[in-house]
Amino acid sequence: MSTISHVIGTGISSAVQVAVVAVGGPVLVGVMRKVRCRLEGRVGPPVLQPLVDIRKLFRKQRFRPDQATWIFTLAPVMLVATVVVAAAITPLVTTHPALRASSDLFVLVYLLLVGSTLLALAGLDAGTAFGGMGSSRAVTIGALAEPALLVTILALSTTAHSSNLPAIVSAILAHPESVATPQRLFALGALLIVIVAESGRLPVDNPATHLELTMVHEAMILEYAGPDLALVTVGEAMRLTLLLGIFVNLVAPWGVATSTSVSGVVVGLASVVAKVAVVGVFLAVFEVFIAKVRLFRVPELLAGAFVLALLGVVSGLVAK
Amino acid sequence: MGSLQLRHVDAGSCNGCEIEIASVFGPVYDAERFGTRLVASPRHADGVLVTGPVTRNMAVPLKKTVEATPQPRVVIAVGDCAHDCGVFRGGYGVVGSVNDVVPVDVSIPGCPPHPTAIIEALRGITRR
Ligand code: SF4
Repeated sequence: MSTISHVIGTGISSAVQVAVVAVGGPVLVGVMRKVRCRLEGRVGPPVLQPLVDIRKLFRKQRFRPDQATWIFTLAPVMLVATVVVAAAITPLVTTHPALRASSDLFVLVYLLLVGSTLLALAGLDAGTAFGGMGSSRAVTIGALAEPALLVTILALSTTAHSSNLPAIVSAILAHPESVATPQRLFALGALLIVIVAESGRLPVDNPATHLELTMVHEAMILEYAGPDLALVTVGEAMRLTLLLGIFVNLVAPWGVATSTSVSGVVVGLASVVAKVAVVGVFLAVFEVFIAKVRLFRVPELLAGAFVLALLGVVSGLVAK
Repeated sequence: MGSLQLRHVDAGSCNGCEIEIASVFGPVYDAERFGTRLVASPRHADGVLVTGPVTRNMAVPLKKTVEATPQPRVVIAVGDCAHDCGVFRGGYGVVGSVNDVVPVDVSIPGCPPHPTAIIEALRGITRR
């Protein structure tokens, strides 16, 4: 393949990935809500309701608290921007996205962290009591999740001798027998806990709560209105989808295109949508049966994730 | 609109209306089917659900809540008290009906209004 057509191919694949995350994110949230409502014995809102809500928010009045500074304005934009970049370079649909060399697990983790840090600052920036409380909680959870995440990356990267995500996915595709090594199973278990904590889902945070004292994520964004709120909502939905997309492709990478051919991208697209949908529905069902854990017990949960990741690293070393 | 987020403000009600609102969003009546949802902040809302007569302590908070709701917004007065002070008319702690404090767009009569009446009014707004 000539370089020009390769560049065009990777560009188009990345655009496809961004588009599927942007549209699929709100739809995934709608599907998860629908599943929850059905299991609670309700009919629930239509699956496309989040998209309708977002469209409406973009048409509403923009509101900024008087004391807020540029951070408040910048945070929603940066949240969406970082997720878009991350979605473009991760191997969701194909193992040859644009900027393949930058698609490193460390790069992705800290890219997403830029968005969440700015959002935490914006929660403080608005100057309300609940905003500051939400920010402090979110940063606490984030700081506890980070060591677990880093050790998880370490455990996952030993398979491919690289923390480059496309390289890890390709290595599993090339060596299917390495898919269920104890080291990977431990690490993926830890990764799932971290994803749940980072995207503010049960049992760490309840996205449907109206009680300010139990909020984590919601408390930070209480002051956002109109288009800013729309961006935050889109960004959060996209981030959840992206994290689940990375997760499913690490668990079972089959279906991901190993080139940028049209047929490969179509198959990769269908498979990643199907896999994320399955995991999303599974998470929603799981959420119906559990309650939010007390904030002071979240560290125990994340310590559990850390231990799992550590076990992954150790079992990888022992197996050598 | 097809999408209506509501912030509920209790301006001094007896809590009868609150129980009906809770059942509107419960499994039996499930107003979420029609794209309505209760939210935690007036900034996220398109409408304010006000119950009860406006008491002295709640007049300013009610006004501020409505002002904090981004345009376009609706103010929905739920129950006879919100409409014309109901059984509390003339009470020493009562400033007046909701319409005396903030402009009301939709008024739902009843003491308390039946959940179906509330849903009917909400569906009239979302056109679903
Ligand atoms: S309308 Fe009736 S139920 Fe509602 S607050 Fe007034 S007295 Fe209570």
